[in-house]
Amino acid sequence: MAKIGVLALQGAFIEHEQIFSRLGEEVFEIRQKKDFPADLSAIDGLVIPGGESTVMGKLLRELDLFDGIKTAIEKGLPVFGTCAGLILLAKEIEGEAPHLATMDICVRRNAYGRQIDSFDEKAVIPAFCDKPMELVFIRAPWIERVFGGAQALASLGGHIIAARQDNMLVTSFHPELTADPAVHAYFSRMVREYKNKRK
Amino acid sequence: MDRNQYKLNKNLAQMLKGGVIMDVTTPAQAEIAQKAGACAVMALERIPADIRAAGGVSRMSDPKMIKGIQEAVSIPVMAKCRIGHFVEAQILEAIGIDYIDESEVLSPADDVYHVDKTQFKVPFVCGAKDLGEALRRIREGASMIRTKGEPGTGDVVQAVRHMRMMQSEIRRIASMQADELYEAAKQLGVPYELVKYVAQNKKLPVVNFAAGGVATPADAALMMQLGAEGVFVGSGIFKSGNPAKRAAAIVKAVTNYNDPKLLAELSEDLGEAMVGINEQEIALLMAERGK
Repeated sequence: MAKIGVLALQGAFIEHEQIFSRLGEEVFEIRQKKDFPADLSAIDGLVIPGGESTVMGKLLRELDLFDGIKTAIEKGLPVFGTCAGLILLAKEIEGEAPHLATMDICVRRNAYGRQIDSFDEKAVIPAFCDKPMELVFIRAPWIERVFGGAQALASLGGHIIAARQDNMLVTSFHPELTADPAVHAYFSRMVREYKNKRK
Repeated sequence: MDRNQYKLNKNLAQMLKGGVIMDVTTPAQAEIAQKAGACAVMALERIPADIRAAGGVSRMSDPKMIKGIQEAVSIPVMAKCRIGHFVEAQILEAIGIDYIDESEVLSPADDVYHVDKTQFKVPFVCGAKDLGEALRRIREGASMIRTKGEPGTGDVVQAVRHMRMMQSEIRRIASMQADELYEAAKQLGVPYELVKYVAQNKKLPVVNFAAGGVATPADAALMMQLGAEGVFVGSGIFKSGNPAKRAAAIVKAVTNYNDPKLLAELSEDLGEAMVGINEQEIALLMAERGK
C-alpha cells in the first residue's frame, strides 16, 4: 500500500481520495504545512486536484507549503495534477506568472471558454487504457506545447490534454469525476515504481 | 438541458468546494476578491446590506457591469436573477455567466413558480432553508444549493439554523428503512428518487454551501464544521474595515476549519467587522421568499 497525499486546500480533492482508496492506496489530506511530511519517506505520491488554481497557488504560498512541495517534486516525488493541478505544475502559464513551475509545459487557462463551454467527450487514450474513456472538461485548460523532458500523452482537437515528464503526470480533464479509474491506476504504477526504486 | 449538461454543471460546483464565493460590485472589488483567494465572485450592483437599506424593488444587475467583472477576473463569475424571472436568467445565460443564483435577495418576480432551470445550459444555485426546499430546487434543475441565511445582516443565526435543519433532516432520512422513504417523499413534497439518493448517500445530490450573515473567519469555520462544503460571503467583506485582509482570512479559515489554533491567528487584527443587524431588528425576512 502506497501513501498518497492529496492537496486539500480547495476543490475536488475528496473524489481523488475515494478513487485511490478504492485502488487500495492509503490517502491523507494536506491542508497546511504540518500535514506535509518533512521526511519524504512518509509520502509516496502527491495529488494536486481540480479547483481554482489562483486559490490553491495563493494558499500554497501563504500556508507555507510551497517550498516543501516544490523541492519534493524536484527530488522525484510522483505528482498527479488534474486541471488546476496541471496549471500549478506548469513552467509557463500564458499571461500569468507560474506557480510550482516544475514541468516543461506551457498552459492556457480557461482555454475552452466559460462554464457554458464545458463538455465531455469519449476517446481512447492508449497510454491509460485501450478502451474509450470518459473525459470531463470543466472550464478546462489545455497544454499549448511541451518542451524539454515533457511528453504529450493525449490530444483532442489538436490540443494536448495529458502529459508526462518523469515523476509528473497531468491531465486537463477530470478522471476523478468518472467511474473509470484508469488514470489513477496509471499513477499508482508510477508511485509503485518510485517506491521500489527508493528502497 | 440534457443529462450530460446537468452532470457537467454539478461538476463545476465540485470544483468550487472548500472555497469562498464573494459578493462584488465593481471590477476593482472583483480583483481584490480574486487576489484574496475567492474561488468565484458574485457580481451584483448592490450588496445585500445596501439592498436592505435602500428598500424598493431589487432586480438583476446591469449586464454591462457584470461584463466588466467577467473581464477583470479569471475565476468563475456568478450573478443573481429574481426568483421565477426566467427572462433575467436568459439574459445572464446570453452574456456567458458561469452560474446563476436564483436569489431571494432580489425581489421575487413570481410568487408561485421558480425558474424551470432544466431549460438552461448554464448552471443554477438556489437557496434552501430545509431539505424539502433543497430537493424541490434540485428537481427544478439547480446544480448547487446554499442555505438562505439572512443576507445583509452580518448575523449568522439563520444560516446556522438552515444548515442544522438540513443536516438533521438528512440524518433522519438516512436512518429510515426503504418503505418509509415513500412517505418521507410525500411529506417533503419531493420526488421519491431524490429522497432515496439522500438516504443512500447521506448527503444532497449536489454541492451544499453556506450563505447569509457570514462575517468572520470563525463564522465561516462554524458553517464548515456544521457540514457546509464551502461558503458565500456577501456584505461581510466589503462592508468591513479591511476587505482584503478579512477576505484572505476567511479563505484560509475555510480550508483549515478544524484547526482552532490557526483560526485564532486568522482572527487577529482584522479591523472593524461589518456592523450587522440582529435577526429581531429586521423588518424583511428574505429567507421566507420562495419555498
